[in-house]
Amino acid sequence: MTEPTASDAMRRKTRRFMIGAFAAAIAAFLVIAYGGISKNLVYYWTPTDLHAAGNKAYGATIRLGGMVAPHSVKGRNGASGLEFDVKDATGIVHVKSTGVPPQMFRENIGVVVEGTMTRSGYFQCNRLMVSHNNEYRAPKAGHAVNKEELQKMMKSTEGLKE
Amino acid sequence: MTATLGRFLILASVLVSTTGAFIAYAAGAKRSPEGLKWSQRFAYAFAGLMVLATGVMEYALITHDFSVQYVAHVGSTQVPLWVTIVSLWSSLEGSILFWGFILGIYIAATTWVNRNQHQEYMPFAIGTWLSCGAFFSFLIAGPANPFLSVSPVPLEGPGPNPLLQNHLLMIIHPPMLYLGYVGMTIPFGFAAAALLRGRLGQSFLRPLRASLLLPWVFLTIAIMLGGWWAYEVLGWGGYWAWDPVENASLLPWLTATAALHSAIVMERRGVLKGWTVTLIQASFLLTILGTFMTRSGVFNSVHSFTQSAIGPTILIFLTAVLLFSVILLAFRIDSLESEGRIESAVSREGMFLVNNLFFVVFTFTVLVGTVFPLVVEAVKGKQMSVGRPYFDAMVVPVGTALLFLLGVGPALPWGKVTRKEMLRALLPPLITGAIALIIGYAFGVRSGWTLVTLLFGGYAAHVTFAQMWLPLRQRLKKGDAFAPALIDTQLRRGRRRFGGYVVHAGAVIVFVAIAVSSTMRTQQEVTLTRGQSTTFAGKTVTFLGSEERTEPHRQSTIARFNITKNGKTVATMEPRMNQYAAMREPIGTPAVYSTIGGDYYLSIMNLQGDQVGLLIINMPMVGWIWGAVLLMGAGGLIALIPARRRTYVVVPEPLATVPDEVVA
Repeated sequence: MTEPTASDAMRRKTRRFMIGAFAAAIAAFLVIAYGGISKNLVYYWTPTDLHAAGNKAYGATIRLGGMVAPHSVKGRNGASGLEFDVKDATGIVHVKSTGVPPQMFRENIGVVVEGTMTRSGYFQCNRLMVSHNNEYRAPKAGHAVNKEELQKMMKSTEGLKE
Repeated sequence: MTATLGRFLILASVLVSTTGAFIAYAAGAKRSPEGLKWSQRFAYAFAGLMVLATGVMEYALITHDFSVQYVAHVGSTQVPLWVTIVSLWSSLEGSILFWGFILGIYIAATTWVNRNQHQEYMPFAIGTWLSCGAFFSFLIAGPANPFLSVSPVPLEGPGPNPLLQNHLLMIIHPPMLYLGYVGMTIPFGFAAAALLRGRLGQSFLRPLRASLLLPWVFLTIAIMLGGWWAYEVLGWGGYWAWDPVENASLLPWLTATAALHSAIVMERRGVLKGWTVTLIQASFLLTILGTFMTRSGVFNSVHSFTQSAIGPTILIFLTAVLLFSVILLAFRIDSLESEGRIESAVSREGMFLVNNLFFVVFTFTVLVGTVFPLVVEAVKGKQMSVGRPYFDAMVVPVGTALLFLLGVGPALPWGKVTRKEMLRALLPPLITGAIALIIGYAFGVRSGWTLVTLLFGGYAAHVTFAQMWLPLRQRLKKGDAFAPALIDTQLRRGRRRFGGYVVHAGAVIVFVAIAVSSTMRTQQEVTLTRGQSTTFAGKTVTFLGSEERTEPHRQSTIARFNITKNGKTVATMEPRMNQYAAMREPIGTPAVYSTIGGDYYLSIMNLQGDQVGLLIINMPMVGWIWGAVLLMGAGGLIALIPARRRTYVVVPEPLATVPDEVVA
């Protein structure tokens, strides 16, 4: 070891300054990142969750998972203007969608729709997904929809279609 | 029988790697040459056992030995041979075995290359590698054992996940990714060795850098192949969705790229040693975190095929490695003494520092966005994800700043820079930047960020090109003949430098192509009946009809479209729906018509009788991304190929300054 010199002391001071600046930068970054994240959260909800959220539901991006209610599909053949109801065991939400639905879309199948709840009482859907998950089995008609299965399905459809 | 043999080999490798790790650490502590010899033998033995075990598994797969659980799980007599062979990495247990296979080869190869070199570091490095080997052997022997026996033996299996059978890219993407991921173990071992030894000498920088650059090349290409596969197979017309699993592959790449840059400063200036070592450790930790995210089932996505019990085990390993790294750094970072200092902020090394800062910010941005939903779910039990706008809003400015540095950094000289030097270096490339901006504007680019990207991209292209050929120009000015000067400056002595700039050239193209393809993309959804056509983005699409085709492992419905431009047929496109036996639902495979300017992309949404619901996407420049990433990989390889065996001049360490030619 060499004797500590004035330049060593300077260096240590610079180093302390560097570490401080770095910590400040990280803190600032975390604040910005947290702001960015909280503005862009996508909530994974079932129709029941959506009703329970009340006013919080409006404006937020929601990924709504449930079953297409029987006899609720309208406008199937047009390129736009598809309407249907998504339901789980205790809730039901009316959904309006533009765009062409995927091949497997039909009544009584598990779907995930991404979009926002409007104040007019319907859910405006931007993405309509039918689960590709091998392991998920669509609930049989008449059976209660299992919430865990739905949540699994909502996660598994991520990134598959946009 | 096969299953028993496999289990035996794995148990042997647990034993060999554990013993080997102990011997190696002891040899390092005692500086025993005999101990080093023995740890090398154990490293080779571990590799041999892993290769044999993988061979046994491939044998079981190819012979459809359904008494082996993994084969019963993913095998099928109905799928083509190539699918059977790649089934090794199509599901969890097999892919962990494949990991062990690659780890074994990496360890043995690195041990062999350095068998007579760096003797003070090698025992600690081998000890660290074999410790990782011990963990993965344990994982294969226990929670993810592919060699369990099945009774009664089934006659047929379901075959691998159909999404993976759908495209040939799936043969190369996972091995590339594994070569990148697993390869990060090697620099981690070297870094740990430097810390344990308490020294990072000039001569040890070369293996450290090379061991980082090789997996970096694989990882770079793997990330691109993953994006390309998503684009060619998933049918939504994009290549990157900020899916947690995609992020998992990007995170270690970012820190490794930062480390490759700070290693250059370390070599030139003797500073940033502790920082570089920290980045290398972070890269390894992020690969383990990535494995946890992809393989534990915490994120369900197209990539996580099975849920399993290996999550907690990997989490424990991750924690152990984190503690090991942090403690080692805390006690030893001061021993990696700086030998120089950074003179001025506006200089080459100053830019390297800023570059590192941005790479770290980039890493944190992606990491926070990826892990946040996990934390919320663990704490509050609520499910959510972080939407794409977060990533776009955060990453675009950071990426643009990196592109700016890519241009400005190499233009600035090392050391102290005078104002005049600075202006002379920085002003001329502005012209090229402006030209790129004008060309973009003429082609209809109006997005602010894309225009900025074009400006910086043109600037960086100018600087990169000038720097790439600078040594050649200098030699020609001295009056050397062209051909020998070219070979010497670009391919022999200057190979590392040249390779680096080839990587930069590729990166510039990637930046521009990503900006243009994402902001200039247009799409339309239409429903067409047979014979009907629609015009979109200058081309007319006519639906000619559809046909069924039956293959052994799938049934396809193929829709045929005629594409005309100005009345002339330019292509026939056949997007299809594939129905696999094991799947409830068909998978669409889009059709892509690529030209130099961009892609025309057709994806079937649904197909019923004479009616087809179609997604048409026009995406300029997207193909440039794939090519440019390959160029980056090629540049990395050029820089990696070792120069002719040099006779080292023995220089006492530490070295104060190293002339360009010696390190090149």
